[in-house]
Amino acid sequence: MEAKEGMEESLAGLRETFKSGRTRSLAWRKSQLRALLDLLRENEERIFKALHQDLGKHPVEAFRDEIGVLEKSTNFCLSHLEEWMAPKKGPLPLLFFPTKGEVLSEPLGLVLIIASWNFPISLALDPLIGAISAGNTAVVKPSELAPACSSFLASSIPLYLDTKAIKVIDGGQDVGEKLLQQKWDKIFFTGSPRVGRVVMSAAVKHLTPVTLELGGKCPTIFDSFPDSRDLKVAVKRILGGKWCACSGQACVGIDYLLVEEKFASTLIDLLKKELEKFYGENPKESNSISRIINKQQFRRLSDLLKDPLVRASIVHGGSLDEDKLFIEPTILLNPPLDAAIMTEEIFGPLLPIITLNNIEESIEFINSRPKPLAIYAFTTNETLKRRIISETSSGSLTFNDTILQYLCDALPFGGVGQSGFGRYHGKYSFDTFSHEKAVLRRPFFPELEARYPPWNDFKMNFIRLAYSFHYLGIILLFLGLKR
Amino acid sequence: MTSLSLEFFHSCSAGAGSTKAFPNSFSKRRIRPSHIQTHVSLSCSSRIFSSYSCSATLSSMAEEVEKQTFDVERAALLVQELRGSFNSGKTKDYEWRISQLKGIAKMVEEKEQEIIQALHEDLSKPESEAFVSEISMTKGSCKLAIKELNRWMMPEKAKTPMTTYPSSAEIISEPLGVVLVISTWNYPFLLSLDPVIGAVAAGNAVVLKPSEIAPATSSLIAKLLEEYVDNSAIRVVEGAVAETSALLEQKWDKIFYTGSGRVGRIVMAAAAKHLTPVILELGGKCPVIVDSNVNLQVAARRIIAGKWGCTNGQACIAPDYIVTTKDFAPKLIDALRDELEEFFGKNPMESKDLSRIVNAYHFIRLTKLLDEAKVSDKIVLGGQRDEKQLKIAPTILLDVPEESLMMNEEIFGPLLPILAVENLEDGFDVINSKSKPLAAYLFTNNEQLKKHFVRDISAGGMLINDTILHLTVSTLPFGGVGESGMGSYHGKFSFDAFSHKKAVLYRSFDGDASVRYPPYTPGKLRLLKALMSGNIIVIILALIRWLRSADKIDQ
Repeated sequence: MEAKEGMEESLAGLRETFKSGRTRSLAWRKSQLRALLDLLRENEERIFKALHQDLGKHPVEAFRDEIGVLEKSTNFCLSHLEEWMAPKKGPLPLLFFPTKGEVLSEPLGLVLIIASWNFPISLALDPLIGAISAGNTAVVKPSELAPACSSFLASSIPLYLDTKAIKVIDGGQDVGEKLLQQKWDKIFFTGSPRVGRVVMSAAVKHLTPVTLELGGKCPTIFDSFPDSRDLKVAVKRILGGKWCACSGQACVGIDYLLVEEKFASTLIDLLKKELEKFYGENPKESNSISRIINKQQFRRLSDLLKDPLVRASIVHGGSLDEDKLFIEPTILLNPPLDAAIMTEEIFGPLLPIITLNNIEESIEFINSRPKPLAIYAFTTNETLKRRIISETSSGSLTFNDTILQYLCDALPFGGVGQSGFGRYHGKYSFDTFSHEKAVLRRPFFPELEARYPPWNDFKMNFIRLAYSFHYLGIILLFLGLKR
Repeated sequence: MTSLSLEFFHSCSAGAGSTKAFPNSFSKRRIRPSHIQTHVSLSCSSRIFSSYSCSATLSSMAEEVEKQTFDVERAALLVQELRGSFNSGKTKDYEWRISQLKGIAKMVEEKEQEIIQALHEDLSKPESEAFVSEISMTKGSCKLAIKELNRWMMPEKAKTPMTTYPSSAEIISEPLGVVLVISTWNYPFLLSLDPVIGAVAAGNAVVLKPSEIAPATSSLIAKLLEEYVDNSAIRVVEGAVAETSALLEQKWDKIFYTGSGRVGRIVMAAAAKHLTPVILELGGKCPVIVDSNVNLQVAARRIIAGKWGCTNGQACIAPDYIVTTKDFAPKLIDALRDELEEFFGKNPMESKDLSRIVNAYHFIRLTKLLDEAKVSDKIVLGGQRDEKQLKIAPTILLDVPEESLMMNEEIFGPLLPILAVENLEDGFDVINSKSKPLAAYLFTNNEQLKKHFVRDISAGGMLINDTILHLTVSTLPFGGVGESGMGSYHGKFSFDAFSHKKAVLYRSFDGDASVRYPPYTPGKLRLLKALMSGNIIVIILALIRWLRSADKIDQ
């Protein structure tokens, strides 16, 4: 843990590096991205181990959600970086001829990335890919709640990346608070709305722009299916979006299901059957499911189940093991809507199913709650799809699958309303850490007298015509044929 | 510092709120406290509000307890009403958006004279200037939005990777909800309407708070918008500190603020409570570097047009100071003197082509900058002032000390200091030692210098061999960086500023790879690695290997 002076000194060093201009070159950016790839490839086993230690994540899940995602993002970035860095032309009206306008993406300076514990490697490094690709110097603050991953990042990053430009500062809340007091050119935060407010309030002091990647209760609309094969695939994907993503501890994970009443029992049976296929008869023994991160989160989740009415709504699972920090995949049918489990983000392996008379009611149900980071909808009904698209609001919307939108580099990833603001992934990451500088170049000729005072009627007429791009009128005016 | 000013801000609102709360509907009435005309020193929404200006507000409020207090409760009611309109879905409609934009365009067309009149009342803005910078710009924004809206609203197709095959994706622009626009007084019409055009084009309900420092324009906008647009979704609230803080207490889906960094911080702090994204259009000291190889007359004219031709220097992108070489400074000053005389006559105090200073508060602020020791003797041109008429002549100063107020605060008025340096690259250091400006200007024919300028200086926008014009180009984003603000607008950027880009991914039920699901095995890991690589050959090889291995595809 660094003392405040030490922190200020090392940040001053990073600022110096930025000033030197070294981080701006394409070569530097690419070399850092390649080094990041080396880091991931050469330390795969260590990362698997750290993730297992912190969260009991299986290597397949760890690869799918962390290492693999990062390698894919880095490769995508490497192959597009030059094109992103190229100035974009801004077309100009003829009146401005011969002027040139362009938009240049320039780095912001020194940026702070605050990661969260549920995907402790990818949520720390994915934004870093953006920060590097845009040419910034950066400090990464990994989550202290995933200590093995945090110390892995702190020890390995200096071995691979430019230590004068990229630093990992690990530590707890006190370190986080000290970091927030410093002056940054951007703060990228992943975590809860509560801490998001703290981050944004701290950013006010230096007018620092922030990106807040928060969470929310991501609903899944589950329409009934005529085709049983589709239904089976859909059910698997539900499991994939709930328990396979860090055992529900994911900001884009499914929070609850909305389904028509008549269809609920079929769905529950199918879910149970697939759960058994995935995790066996005794899921506690399965190595394919993550555990709860720590005691505090475990207690928070078990408290959600304490309400007798909630307890009574459990239709599957519900067993807890505090020593192993394990909570069985649990399904609840119609828990009370005013219970904490339906008002707070669950962020764990509990899945409430809410039944409706008609699936169309799900739109109103969703709209009466804060905007979620993601909405999932399983349906083949095109009218319903259109209604969901235009009548609900969420960070992203995925039809007939879960989580996969996170993998699409061409799609912006980020929230809206309570689920945050700002976006990243692919080019959006680059943009998030860039300032789009408008540059207009003018020659000294030709010069239009009519721009300048003293004002008279001729000039006024000229300006009127110019603004409506009425070129013929301008010619007539100059020829004295128009008044 | 921030929390202090916030507290102060809130204590103001509490003071005003306690006078009287009026529950009656204000939907058809404009809210305009009467004190705003008499107390010109109050300057909340734009530049500075000191404790001095605030106590003035409070005492005046006590004397003239008005029946129209706009307090937190009424602000809440207003937001609730607009949220109702937004939730009804009507503002999302293309037809609605177009009809509102057309309403604004029609308003500008039909009420041109009234608008010019109001601007003259508030700032003595010359008609041509008002027409160029306010009327035409607003009309242009509106027309562009009407023409392009269809295209802007179109979902954008996005490529999907092999990993998620088969799938398709698009990005949909959806409105954010109910947004707040807080405007300023120097371009009181344009800077109120331009963001509103973006908000409406994007399909939001919007509340506009024009600046009370330009009272004639503020009340005109309130009156005209009531007449020309749908009041169930677009509303004006007039007022000062109390009204603004009542508005800021509410939950908005976006806040768009134009003004000072000081108030920008208050706005952002209030927004943090509700996790509301903000766009802050602030100012800064916009530098102009002038090289010795330029066409002197043209450069001088363009500098004058950007400085005194823009509300007499009261513009956020107006040149704040000039950096030039020691040898060239006298020539530049001569050229500026000649052209100023050409533009504004021998006695600029009499010229009708110059705006006045907006109010006594700012007049005093500017004279303080001028009267500072070691500054007042640096005047090489101008310096005349008339407190009664709130006029200050175009004033040029040479070699003002770097530690003076004038070189450390945004001038925002007709004073133009010139710094003479040994070589122009030294000027870069001067600029970089200050916070990032909203605009930076360079006059040169030296390609190398242009390159270095663009590379080494960070600013919201930059313009080479001219001033101000980049503002009028709708294909360029307009906005600051660092202390000059965050977020950008104009043209499609305005539409984007008030939209959420929703990622929509469509998947079919085919091609479900069980490799995604538990129970996890080493074979699945191998295949997954291949899949994530996105390389088709690698995928096929891995698939073959997997099928031949002990793992079975479990269907």
